[in-house]
Amino acid sequence: MRTRAEAGRQRWAILGFAVAILVLSFVVLKSAYYQLVLTQVLLWAVLSLAWNLLSGYSGYFSFGHAVFWGLGAYTVALGMLYLDLTPWISVPFAALVGAVAGAIIGYPTFRLRGHYFALAMLAYPLATLYVFQWLGYQELALPMKREAPLLYMQFEDPRAYVVLALGLVVAALLISLKVENSRFGMALLAIKQNEPAAEAAGINTWRWKMLALMLSGAIASIAGGLYGVVLLVITPETVFGMLVSAQALILALFGGVGSLWGPVIGAMLLVPLAEGLNAELGDVLPGIQGVVYGIAIIMIILWAPEGVYWRVLDRFSRRAPAPNTPETAVAGIAVNVAPLPRAPAPLGGSLLVLRDVGISFGGLRALDGIDLAIPEGGLYGIIGPNGAGKTTLFNVINGFLAPDRGAINFSGEPITGLRPSQICRRGVGRTFQVVRAFPRMTVLENVIVGAFVGAPDDATARQMALAALDRVGLSAQSSAVAGGLTTRELRLMELARALVPHPRLMLLDETLAGLAHDDLDGILTVIRQLRADGITVVIIEHTMQAMVKLVDHFTVLDHGRLIASGKPDDVVRDPSVIEAYLGKKWVDRVAVSAK
Amino acid sequence: MPFSANDFLQALAAGILVGGAYALMCIGLGIIFGAMRVINFAQGDFLMLGMYAAFYLTTGFGVLAFLGPYGGPIVAAFLAGPIVFAIGWVLHRFIVARVTGAGVAQIAGAGAYGQILVTLGISLILQNGGLIVFGSTPVGIRTPLSRQSWEIGDVLLNQARVVSFFFAVALAGGMYLFLSHTRLGKGLRAAADNPQAAIYMGIDVDRAHRIAWSIGVGITAVAGGLIATFQTFQPYVGFDFVIVMYAGVVLGGLGSNFGAFWGGLLIGVVQQMSTLILPYQLQNTAIFVVFLLIIFLRPQGMFGRLSERT
Repeated sequence: MRTRAEAGRQRWAILGFAVAILVLSFVVLKSAYYQLVLTQVLLWAVLSLAWNLLSGYSGYFSFGHAVFWGLGAYTVALGMLYLDLTPWISVPFAALVGAVAGAIIGYPTFRLRGHYFALAMLAYPLATLYVFQWLGYQELALPMKREAPLLYMQFEDPRAYVVLALGLVVAALLISLKVENSRFGMALLAIKQNEPAAEAAGINTWRWKMLALMLSGAIASIAGGLYGVVLLVITPETVFGMLVSAQALILALFGGVGSLWGPVIGAMLLVPLAEGLNAELGDVLPGIQGVVYGIAIIMIILWAPEGVYWRVLDRFSRRAPAPNTPETAVAGIAVNVAPLPRAPAPLGGSLLVLRDVGISFGGLRALDGIDLAIPEGGLYGIIGPNGAGKTTLFNVINGFLAPDRGAINFSGEPITGLRPSQICRRGVGRTFQVVRAFPRMTVLENVIVGAFVGAPDDATARQMALAALDRVGLSAQSSAVAGGLTTRELRLMELARALVPHPRLMLLDETLAGLAHDDLDGILTVIRQLRADGITVVIIEHTMQAMVKLVDHFTVLDHGRLIASGKPDDVVRDPSVIEAYLGKKWVDRVAVSAK
Repeated sequence: MPFSANDFLQALAAGILVGGAYALMCIGLGIIFGAMRVINFAQGDFLMLGMYAAFYLTTGFGVLAFLGPYGGPIVAAFLAGPIVFAIGWVLHRFIVARVTGAGVAQIAGAGAYGQILVTLGISLILQNGGLIVFGSTPVGIRTPLSRQSWEIGDVLLNQARVVSFFFAVALAGGMYLFLSHTRLGKGLRAAADNPQAAIYMGIDVDRAHRIAWSIGVGITAVAGGLIATFQTFQPYVGFDFVIVMYAGVVLGGLGSNFGAFWGGLLIGVVQQMSTLILPYQLQNTAIFVVFLLIIFLRPQGMFGRLSERT
């Protein structure tokens, strides 16, 4: 998230850009042809900005943005041909068409991830292309309205189109900037870096992805509509073709993916090049435009995979490393964790109840008839050998997996089948066996993502995040990038992220694994403090020795079944447990350490 | 019903016959995906290269005159394989290998989109370069077979399609034996399963990838050469087939060569049968719909496995 000052600077940059384009159009460029090229540069920049809004920020690559572009163009053309509708109405209306198309496409397609999403997106414009061919809209020419050209957006002076297209670019830039600086943008970035973590931290990833696609579709359609007005002749191939989809992403990637200015830079560099070559050599070399884009994309992937913008930024400013000054004066250590601003809940009733929960993967019964009641306000340990179903149990509780049968109640209400973000909102926080950080965000930003649950505004979210970092003793590292943290710091950061919305139940998945002895004590202190603050903690662990000292209650899981439950000392002396998991040697060690 | 039983049988037969060549090109794509886990956008354009290679071999270099109008086109189609194999080898050596394989395997999650984008770039270059070199006029390899049919009952079987079907299935069978019984074929599958482990075991993953990639595009090119005997084409023909291929491979299960064969065959049948109830122009839209349905309902395909990690 940018600071307010940075956002202000960006707004000035956008203004400067607009002035520069106007000067270029009105003072420098003389021929109508160059004005047309400039208009195209601006319109493609808008398409690419729209693509970037979805794919650059959220990481869901769309190979099918032509579907929005083409629908926009056809909305305008068909509106004018059949309804005598002026583009002044139909171009803005195209935004609605694009948004609806985005919703219709997103609804099924966001069930897919990665390659499958990209492939499915590819299919939409190509399928639509054939439909428009079949409908007989092979080549639509917009009728000339000589009696009222202005009413139909038909200008004598090509600079009018430049101004209109520039208006769209500025609007798209401002929207992108707004998104970048809000929790919308943070949510998309979190989805890009680790979607399950974002979902578990209470972000309704589905909703933000849908919003991003609808917004992106609306912007792309509006640009496509204006493109139709400018070109006057529309064919399915030119507006739904692969080259349109490819151009949207190539311009953004060339310029700098996920950056505000990347798509604009890409359009300014590549579109005139391709257009110029096409005009000069188009008769002799008919496909030169596509070849240029092909070469551009290969070059950029091989030599500057992040795009021109980031490359130049790296070279000149050496992207200053985040200053390592803590944002709060208190550089607390783990032992001095600040108390939770909340009264401890009374001990007693069951906070989490699982009844006969079962789930199978193919033939494997990962969980088989689990009955579990976890009382409020305690430290509850779950142990079991590898493959016993421990992590699956957490995944079922926090909503990553829907159980095949059984019911889960949290705080007296059923939560079976809810999305992880909904379950998080009800007060279930979790950490992961393999830490799921947002590696390119700072520690503070990582935790802010968790704070969006329940924080009325972004400033409050920031304050809550700072407080949570203080509680786990990570304030000093708040502006470090998460990718460079040690295991102990990552675990603490994940704890802070789960803590920040003030959960009533914390699920800790092997939080102690892989830690050195010294680091262990710090984290144990934090966990004990959680219990003291009234948070119910369920912890999965292999580190038996630490667990016996830590937890109030032990449950043993094996092959998806609960085989023992009770006080730690009793459970570890249970002969079947000893025999199955711990071995006799270990019992002797406990006996020694207990003395 | 808007169509007769005979129409149905006719469409079914046509679907199976074109499905043979589709199955072969799906195997080509499947080998590449199976070995490299790379989505190759340019596969349709290698198919196009195979078509033009066969075309020029037949008409330009006298294979037709030498082997006669029946053998010439088939030999030319098979010769298109090595030619496109060589082109694929060079492209992999200088471009694709730089975003795939050993160098990238170390960086978790890196390069996934780089790979797709590089193949997208290759696709744009081949397509539009093809437009420059070959021109935009549709061409086809005309043989006496294209105009003749065998009759079985009331069902007409185009002879060119029948011949290409048998050669396609024969080559597909040969590929199956190669992958399952030869040392090289097994090595390709091993490198596919876990490139990192394969590197530690001393397998040259880059080389395995290059072989898989080149074989994959070569096989698809042969399929292109066979299709060229009964269908006209132009440099943009790859578009029409790229979704056919992906639908077939995804239907069979990404990564399963056996599945790719049946997937491709089935897509051929879907495409031809769709003309019974849909206008001719929408046959590829029918494939898109099937493709989307598979992706949504059963992304692991008929024969694939879905591995999940939490």
